[in-house]
Amino acid sequence: MGKILVTVKAAHDTLGNTRPLSIVWHDGREFAIDKVTDVRMAASLKAGGQGLRYTCRVCGKEIRLFCDEGIWFIEG
Amino acid sequence: MTRCILHVDLNNFYASVECLYRPELADKPVAVSGDIEARHGIILAKNQLAKQAGVATGEAIWQAKTKCPDLVLVPPDFKKYLRFSRLARRIYADYTDQIEAFGIDENWLDVTGSVRLFGSGPAIADEIRRRVRGELGVTVSVGVSFNKIFAKLGSDLKKPDATTVITEENFRSRVWPLPVGELLYVGRATRRKLENRGIYTIGDLAKRDLRPLVLLLGQWGETLWHFANGRDEAPVRKTGEVSAIKSIGNSTTAPRDLATLADAKIILYVLAESVAARLRAHGLRCQTVAVSLRDKELASFERQIRLLEPTAASRDIARAAIDLVAANWKSGRPLRSLGVRGGDLVTETGRLQLDLFDEQKAAASSLETAVDDIRRRFGQNSIQRCVMLTDCRLSGFNPKDDHVIHPVSFFR
Repeated sequence: MGKILVTVKAAHDTLGNTRPLSIVWHDGREFAIDKVTDVRMAASLKAGGQGLRYTCRVCGKEIRLFCDEGIWFIEG
Repeated sequence: MTRCILHVDLNNFYASVECLYRPELADKPVAVSGDIEARHGIILAKNQLAKQAGVATGEAIWQAKTKCPDLVLVPPDFKKYLRFSRLARRIYADYTDQIEAFGIDENWLDVTGSVRLFGSGPAIADEIRRRVRGELGVTVSVGVSFNKIFAKLGSDLKKPDATTVITEENFRSRVWPLPVGELLYVGRATRRKLENRGIYTIGDLAKRDLRPLVLLLGQWGETLWHFANGRDEAPVRKTGEVSAIKSIGNSTTAPRDLATLADAKIILYVLAESVAARLRAHGLRCQTVAVSLRDKELASFERQIRLLEPTAASRDIARAAIDLVAANWKSGRPLRSLGVRGGDLVTETGRLQLDLFDEQKAAASSLETAVDDIRRRFGQNSIQRCVMLTDCRLSGFNPKDDHVIHPVSFFR
């Protein structure tokens, strides 16, 4: 439960935007992000944090990926 | 034209941010406190549960612990608070460019020009509350009114996460029954003076004749009387508009009591360097130097001296401060905290009466500029006075950059 820190592979464009491409799980498995459906500032009351929230589709499931000052986490 | 002013107050700001980052503390009384080891052990902020237990901002940790034994203490993280403060202001900036900060967690917004775009004052207030809650995970209370004083009063009336509207029509029924101490700038002393004259509520103050109030409180009497009657015309300053600075000062509570002048000197040098660097950064020079001393019995006093010529050199400020302390610290009681302030400011481009006999002056001035430059590039501690090394515990703070955030005066 709570906050799960993850490694993220991302693309950075020339405008300074960041788009996460895949999530690397702590055991080394890598999950591609199929689609980012929403990006906005948001707080995570569940995980305890705040930052840019990417709503992503991964393996057919919707997850919320947060970037809090460069540290990425998902709500567990 | 009636203005529409919002006062937005981040509720229990430091404690809310800490609780957001530690969800496991959600149902516990939490307080953010200074560092006991450095003797800054007071309560800086508390959450709702701690507040209910009677914990008050500014009291010592042991006092708070007696009232609330389960109190969870967390150390402050000012960088995080500044970030949240900035993010909140970014939300406000979507509604107006007239945003005036009052400390780190309070802002006035003049949305008079935006009501046709975004809806009425209360509507904007509710939207800001919703956005801050969703985007930042903390709550704000908002006062909506036709002047800054009542807007601020309104934001204090209902907390947390609430909007309070005070209009020209309802302020007599909403504001006037409140205790006079609720009014901004009625502190303990003024409240006592007013209460001695039978003025207990804001309404009592508003209905009094002006003359006796002026006799009682001087100029303040008139100002407060206008406040109570809703006649505050002070504008909300635009974002980034800097007001004229009247003085620049720093103070600190030492990690241990200062028993000798040599101890005090170390602190005075650190403070003087910070004051001098800030003066230079603003392109100012000071004509007077003031020191404030507080001994371990908590007795405090302040002394000041006029300099022969305006300066922004730490050498001159430190010398004046040390002389003042040496001449006035007669009790011999160990000192707990010290402050240095440069006042009576002039701009550095103004005309200057040169001293014919101080040949080192020009050299000292370029030395200080060089030190500023070295510190900017390599960090505060890359270059320092020899005296700092005699006791690194005393000199190991940086008032310029660790600058504690405090509310600024309403009258600028």
